[in-house]
Amino acid sequence: MKTDIILSGVGGQGILSIATIIGEAATKSGLKLKQAEVHGMSQRGGDVQSNLRLSDGEIASDLIALGTADMILSLEPMEALRYLPYLNKEGWIITSSAPFKNIPNYPEEQALIDELKALPHVILVDVDALAHEHNMPKAANVILLGAASRFLGILSVEELRESIGRVFGSKGEAVVEMNKKAFDIGYAAADKQG
Amino acid sequence: MNKKLLLGDEAIALGALHAGIKGVYAYPGTPSTEITEFIQKSPLTAERGIHSSWCTNEKTAMEAALGMSYAGCRAIVCMKHVGLNVAADAFVNSAITGVNGGLIVIVADDPSMHSSQNEQDSRFYGKFSLMPILEPSSQQEAYQMMAYGFELSEREKLPVLLRVTTRMAHSRAAVEVADTAQELQALPFAKDPSSWVLLPANARRQYAALVEKQSALQQLASAYTRLEQDGPEKKLGIIACGIGYNYVKEAEEGAGGYHVLKVSQYPLPKDKIQELAACSTEILVVEDGQPFVEEQVPAMLGAGYVVKGRLTGDLPRTGELTPDSVAAAMGKASKRYFETPKNLVPRPPALCQGCGHRDVYTALNEVVKEYPNARVFADIGCYTLGALPPFRAIDSCVDMGASITMAKGAADAGLFPAIAVIGDSTFTHSGMTGLLDAVNDRANITVVISDNLTTAMTGGQDSAGTNKFEAICLGLGVEPEHVRVVVPLPKNMEEITRTIREEIEYNGVSVIIPRRECIQTLNRKLKQQRKNQ
Repeated sequence: MKTDIILSGVGGQGILSIATIIGEAATKSGLKLKQAEVHGMSQRGGDVQSNLRLSDGEIASDLIALGTADMILSLEPMEALRYLPYLNKEGWIITSSAPFKNIPNYPEEQALIDELKALPHVILVDVDALAHEHNMPKAANVILLGAASRFLGILSVEELRESIGRVFGSKGEAVVEMNKKAFDIGYAAADKQG
Repeated sequence: MNKKLLLGDEAIALGALHAGIKGVYAYPGTPSTEITEFIQKSPLTAERGIHSSWCTNEKTAMEAALGMSYAGCRAIVCMKHVGLNVAADAFVNSAITGVNGGLIVIVADDPSMHSSQNEQDSRFYGKFSLMPILEPSSQQEAYQMMAYGFELSEREKLPVLLRVTTRMAHSRAAVEVADTAQELQALPFAKDPSSWVLLPANARRQYAALVEKQSALQQLASAYTRLEQDGPEKKLGIIACGIGYNYVKEAEEGAGGYHVLKVSQYPLPKDKIQELAACSTEILVVEDGQPFVEEQVPAMLGAGYVVKGRLTGDLPRTGELTPDSVAAAMGKASKRYFETPKNLVPRPPALCQGCGHRDVYTALNEVVKEYPNARVFADIGCYTLGALPPFRAIDSCVDMGASITMAKGAADAGLFPAIAVIGDSTFTHSGMTGLLDAVNDRANITVVISDNLTTAMTGGQDSAGTNKFEAICLGLGVEPEHVRVVVPLPKNMEEITRTIREEIEYNGVSVIIPRRECIQTLNRKLKQQRKNQ
């Protein structure tokens, strides 16, 4: 079994932290993984993406081929749509519905949401609003991971949730609990839609 | 043995530490920066007194590493591909002197120019320098190649070039690593001290010996090269270099159907190429970067043998390889179920909100408006983003240091005002010598050294000239009254624009230093302070 995930967003939003949590869970459960990251200039508020591949067998390529991604996990709706050609026929898009407008010509918001809703397997969660509502502004990315957890297949929800403890452990129990709560909020939000 | 999740860069760094290096010498450059950063953070570095602080540029790094090798210790040098242009003088000649302690030069190429100005393939440098080249296909192989490379270097008494590309440098995978690092004694000095003195008579002798070594180096590469033959019948043969091998395996999907020659060491082994050709109908060369192997293969085979790759259009001539481009060249169709919606727009990177470079460009744009012929020659760094809206403030960006020297050349040709914009780290990397030229010629240029106290674009590494810029400029001969320091903040706009105007009007070399800490490093510092409280 293999799961190929494209993580996307805007530089600085925290997609690499999501990748770290998934990677930790995968390593712990004995899966192989490859993860191609973006560093350098594009991190300055530009579009960023990371290819994360998990498998119980050998993984050859560091990059995901067109039409083969099982999931696009995005912290920004336009950035989710940017990688559509990589999605396989049955793949899922789990994305934040809150646009990040740091460019003057950002497209009409509703049109983007309509494009997303027209696709077969989409979960849209306003993770920014949820993070704000629960007073956890830095945990929007973990809320998104919670929303995606049920659709990852190769890892169980509990395996992912547990890896939060190991990834944030050095930052203290309060940070771990806050992020686990964020994860649960995301899970519940997706549950309502799925 | 234990297992670690490592970036390719980190696997190289750990491999080097475990192979017993005494030092890493480097200037930051994407995608090579994390090699040095990993070594700086490793507990082994402090424990064993391993040198790891940043160098002023790639040339000083290369030379210092060669000195460490001279003294009998193992060293690595790390840089991005264009950094090798800066280090080239020392790099090429290090193959002529040869080495004492093992020396590996690690160069990270950036096909597709994710963060670069060109797609040059460092393997060409290795070839004309007559150096052995290693090109790992996986993070695991990258780790192991460090110990292997040092043994090769010390046995052959030559520096070794290890070449990676962005997707190897910046991709993470589990790597089996040793539990401990080798502890080495410095080797005794070289037996023949004249080999290090490249007088023509010595250099000619050394060069002839280097040429003589080539067939042995090719044999070593041959021993490392693996032919994976798929059955006895003739079919498409693929030469898969470095990470190209992974894309071939991905497209093959375990089903075979091709003879594959995995190439990870050069000089290109002629015997293995001929062996592949003998069992194949034709050959496809899969290599990330420029058609380095593809150009050499036809000469190794009989006339008329079909060799395909980037030159023939079977693979794209430019850009990095992708699983899709390689699959297509192997005759496999890509899948594509959804198209990108038409209303999507690009999201280019931008200068951070609150960045001092923003205030510099705002001021510069206001003054430049008053001079219809003004041209702004910029340089390599975050401030290159001043080319994009809303600033559109710069007219050139070519290579490290070119801002000052191009402004000077344009001024020599009569252009006025000729303004250079260069960052603090870029100035000490390659701007100082150009400024001396300008001073000696009394060129009519205005140089803006936008000092944010760090090497920002690569993530905030130490900048070699911090706290020394006024002294450097004065030392190079800029008149004291024309070395001006301002603080780039919106509230100082009047003072900044006035200063720029005055210095443009001065007929000679003037330097304006807008100085304010990078907000990324500042925020990190503040966060750390809060944590410590």
